[in-house]
Amino acid sequence: MAENANVSNDAFEPLGKEEHLDNEKIAAPSLTFTQDAWRRLKKNKIAFISMWILLAILVLSLAGPLISPHQPNNAQPAYTNLPPKIPGVHIPGLDGTKAVDGGRVDAYQQQHVPSGKYWILGTDYLGRDLLSRIIAGTRVSLAVALIATLLDLTVGVGYGLISGWRGGRTDMIMQRIIEILSSVPNLVYMILLLVVMRGSLLSISLAIAISSWTTMARLIRAEALTLKSQEYILAARTLGESSWKIAWKHLIPNMSSVIIIQTMFTIPSAIFFEAFLSYIGIGIQPPTASLGTLISDGQKNFQFLPFQMWYPAVVLMVIMICFNLFADGLRDAFDPRSRE
Amino acid sequence: MAKYLLKRLFYLILTLFLIATITFFMMKLLPGTPLSNESKLSHSQIQMIYHTYGLDKPVWQQYLIYLAGMVRGNFGLSFQFDNQPVSYLLATRMPASFQLGIQAMIVGVLLGIIVGGIAAIRRNTWVDGTMTIISILMISIPSFVLAILLQYYIGLKAGAFPVAGWGNFSYTILPTIALAGSPFATTARFIRTEMVDVMSSDYIELAKAKGLTSTGVVYHHALRNSLIPLITLIGPLTVNLMTGSLVVENIFAVPGIGEQFVKSITTNDYPTIMGITMMYSVLLVVVLLITDIVYGIVDPRIRLQGGQS
Amino acid sequence: MENNDTENLIEVKNLKINFDTYAGKVKAIRDVSFHLKKGETLAIVGESGSGKSVTTRSLMGLNADNAEIAGGQIMFHGEDVLKKSEKEMQQIRGKDIAMIFQDPMTSLDPTMKIGRQIAEPLIIHNHVSKKQAMAQALEMLKLVGITDAEHRINDYPHQFSGGMRQRIVIAIALICYPEVLIADEPTTALDVTIQAQILKLMKELQEKIETSIIFITHDLGVVAGMADRIAVMYAGKIVEYGTVDEIFYNPQHPYTWGLLNSMPTLDTQSGELSAIPGTPPDLLDPPKGDAFAARNPYALKIDAEQEPPFFKVSDTHYAATWLLDPRAEKVTPPEAIAKRQAQWAKMHTDDGELVRPATPLNTADNLDDSDRE
Ligand SMILES: Nc1ncnc2c1ncn2[C@@H]1O[C@H](COP(=O)(O)OP(=O)(O)OP(=O)(O)O)[C@@H](O)[C@H]1O
Ligand SMILES: [Mg+2]
Repeated sequence: MAENANVSNDAFEPLGKEEHLDNEKIAAPSLTFTQDAWRRLKKNKIAFISMWILLAILVLSLAGPLISPHQPNNAQPAYTNLPPKIPGVHIPGLDGTKAVDGGRVDAYQQQHVPSGKYWILGTDYLGRDLLSRIIAGTRVSLAVALIATLLDLTVGVGYGLISGWRGGRTDMIMQRIIEILSSVPNLVYMILLLVVMRGSLLSISLAIAISSWTTMARLIRAEALTLKSQEYILAARTLGESSWKIAWKHLIPNMSSVIIIQTMFTIPSAIFFEAFLSYIGIGIQPPTASLGTLISDGQKNFQFLPFQMWYPAVVLMVIMICFNLFADGLRDAFDPRSRE
Repeated sequence: MAKYLLKRLFYLILTLFLIATITFFMMKLLPGTPLSNESKLSHSQIQMIYHTYGLDKPVWQQYLIYLAGMVRGNFGLSFQFDNQPVSYLLATRMPASFQLGIQAMIVGVLLGIIVGGIAAIRRNTWVDGTMTIISILMISIPSFVLAILLQYYIGLKAGAFPVAGWGNFSYTILPTIALAGSPFATTARFIRTEMVDVMSSDYIELAKAKGLTSTGVVYHHALRNSLIPLITLIGPLTVNLMTGSLVVENIFAVPGIGEQFVKSITTNDYPTIMGITMMYSVLLVVVLLITDIVYGIVDPRIRLQGGQS
Repeated sequence: MENNDTENLIEVKNLKINFDTYAGKVKAIRDVSFHLKKGETLAIVGESGSGKSVTTRSLMGLNADNAEIAGGQIMFHGEDVLKKSEKEMQQIRGKDIAMIFQDPMTSLDPTMKIGRQIAEPLIIHNHVSKKQAMAQALEMLKLVGITDAEHRINDYPHQFSGGMRQRIVIAIALICYPEVLIADEPTTALDVTIQAQILKLMKELQEKIETSIIFITHDLGVVAGMADRIAVMYAGKIVEYGTVDEIFYNPQHPYTWGLLNSMPTLDTQSGELSAIPGTPPDLLDPPKGDAFAARNPYALKIDAEQEPPFFKVSDTHYAATWLLDPRAEKVTPPEAIAKRQAQWAKMHTDDGELVRPATPLNTADNLDDSDRE
């Protein structure tokens, strides 16, 4: 207790009232929930990078028609199965040569391609530019995924809200329906629907959405059930606000984290199913490109021209990985338990 | 318990009935007939064929005949494939699919438990990071891409296993790996989350306070408590495997249901499509029922409730 | 603080613990010292978040991964527990020091029969056969008052009520006859009648098993019949400690006054219950001076500048408040506290013992040697 020396004379006077209340000052700046989640997301570098990669892919695929060097569906029978060539680059695989019997031959010379003509990622079996097709295909795949997710969101959230909010008999019947629907393999819905409707952008999206909305509906119902008994909702009800208004003003905003996270997991699954369905031939129909049809086309020549499958497959995998990582990051960011 | 089972059985049958009905009428909605591209046939020939298939009767009669046949395991005759009975077609193709499916399930789930468990125990270390990356990769690689890569690089280039076809055990290895990817990744992620949750629970704290070693805590308490919920994942994993089998069997030319399904879809062989659809539905519904019952047996909390009701 | 006695089973000296968190370092334990004698019950009381659990968990080496021991010692059998390896700690846990947790509903493994859970510490520590362990577990189950123990030993936790489960947790804790039992709010989650039963059971078993107890609670009312001594914690520090009588009838720290005032007792049943206004300080950035000052109506100017040292009230009673400094003016405590102190004064004249004045004696000897002014 040696440091008492510098105690001032009035040190033992009672603390005045006005000096007293400085404990009311807030110690840490308080953030809203979303701000807090956003901050945590930014801290998660992997998720953050994934987000930027996805944005870049999205922008590139949207800008496709502007930046594509060729028409994606323009077949040029003279120039089929050309390997990638980037002028000035002399790395095997990117210099227009292909492997034949242990050596490499210049495929462009063999097929008498006029000098100055080149395809950065090569051409496919019909002589179409692979790069342009990948860009167009990515756009189609993303479009299917987004439409499917949007449908899934609308139906799932609507159904879940009604089921949870109405409760009672309505809820019971609606839950039974969901139970029955989810004991059918989603593959079966999709295939039956597509066999009947034939693959188009819309029908595929619909098929995917039909087989996935039940998960969203279940989550939303559970949320609605818990929110329903909260005080401010009860208050709004007693004040006579309409159910619509309550749903729009209170329920949905409070469920936003659940909705966002579930959406982020639905998108990669939709992308997978589009590729899957197109791959087995009942999805996007030729000549339209999608990542699934590109992989399916590329597989035919995989032994000799592996790049024809590798490129679209890598794009597909990068999109899937980034979405999964981003979704993981979002979930952690929104989950207050994972504060480490 | 008996009451619960009866109730479940009722819903099971209701579900299957609904699926059968929907499938039937969806197929009836299809434009054209299975014979519309066979223009060489005369009118009377077509009439005869229609008669053989029962297609000349009113739709509701066809529906009843279809339902009645299905109950007896008769799905009609295939439009393609030498007009064999669909049930016979399926029966010959079931063994290969089941073998692959079960092998993939076992391999995927076991590896998933190990990887997910290690990741949870070594949470937030580089081990956890690596394991997470592996499972994210496996979830993100579609089964058909994985199958093609395995077939080419391991089957063809390295020559380690047969490239395609069906024969002895070595033929099953590559397709099994390709199929196991998805259940592996799903299980690993599930177990990691579950285990992390369990490890932060009070009874694990108490187990530590008893003086158990960390292996003891995991082995005696954490593992069992995180494995029990895994049972609920078996249903979704079965669906994953069905989806995967369509492409994987096709790529490796395995004479299984999945390969047959794709063929039937591309040749508009409606009776076979309906047959396989029903088969998949029955399979899933049965798996869901079994996993529910097993869950009740394994989890003491549910066991009691089931016994009382 | 000068507890030279060798009979101290546990001696915690200047313990400091921080937690690394996302927002920064939480200084959860800020220089805590106390001791536990053989056979006694020490109660640690304080509001939620004051650091009771963290302090006791560190006795067993069971703090979260992000905990950092910033200083101090925990002496147990002459050895510093903080220096022991995880392996050595495992040998102490459950055998020499055992623990009961707050919520019996979640403390038991839902998938393991309770008999096995009770026998587990025996199997680990005493290396007895499984059969023998189960036999002892059965004895213990009877001892904690589970009826029909022979049959119920094979039941699962969910088949028991909350009170029963807490008895089972107690059985687990006591099966190895530990020297120290840490009970972290063992009755908070139970309703009042069950609370009383569990407390009674703990007292009975303490005699049979001859264990010392550290009893954590935020409810002083629970402590009265239970403890020998009380340590009052606030914001990661002990602010006052003494025997039960000293804390109840001659409290010195305004925080203790607040706690006592918020406790319903027979003397204060008139309904003048008052919770302490305000909230505890943020331990990310603890305030300078006395952490309680901001909520203390009796705060002095010096409280904002300097932390109060411990002032001695008696050989067993110390309090860390500047009000005990000889330079501080005497204050009148709240009415209810004044009543208690009057009763204390009366008790001690009647007994013919040393008469303690109702207001603090300012002879804190730990200040004598300091050079002031
Ligand atoms: N793992 C941790 N990470 C960060 N802070 C922690 C951690 N564990 C405890 N704390 C902090 O340490 C302080 C003391 O916590 P402790 O659990 O000891 O309080 P307590 O007195 O037991 O309260 P209660 O009555 O609620 O049990 C609190 O401010 C708490 O937030
Ligand atoms: Mg606590």
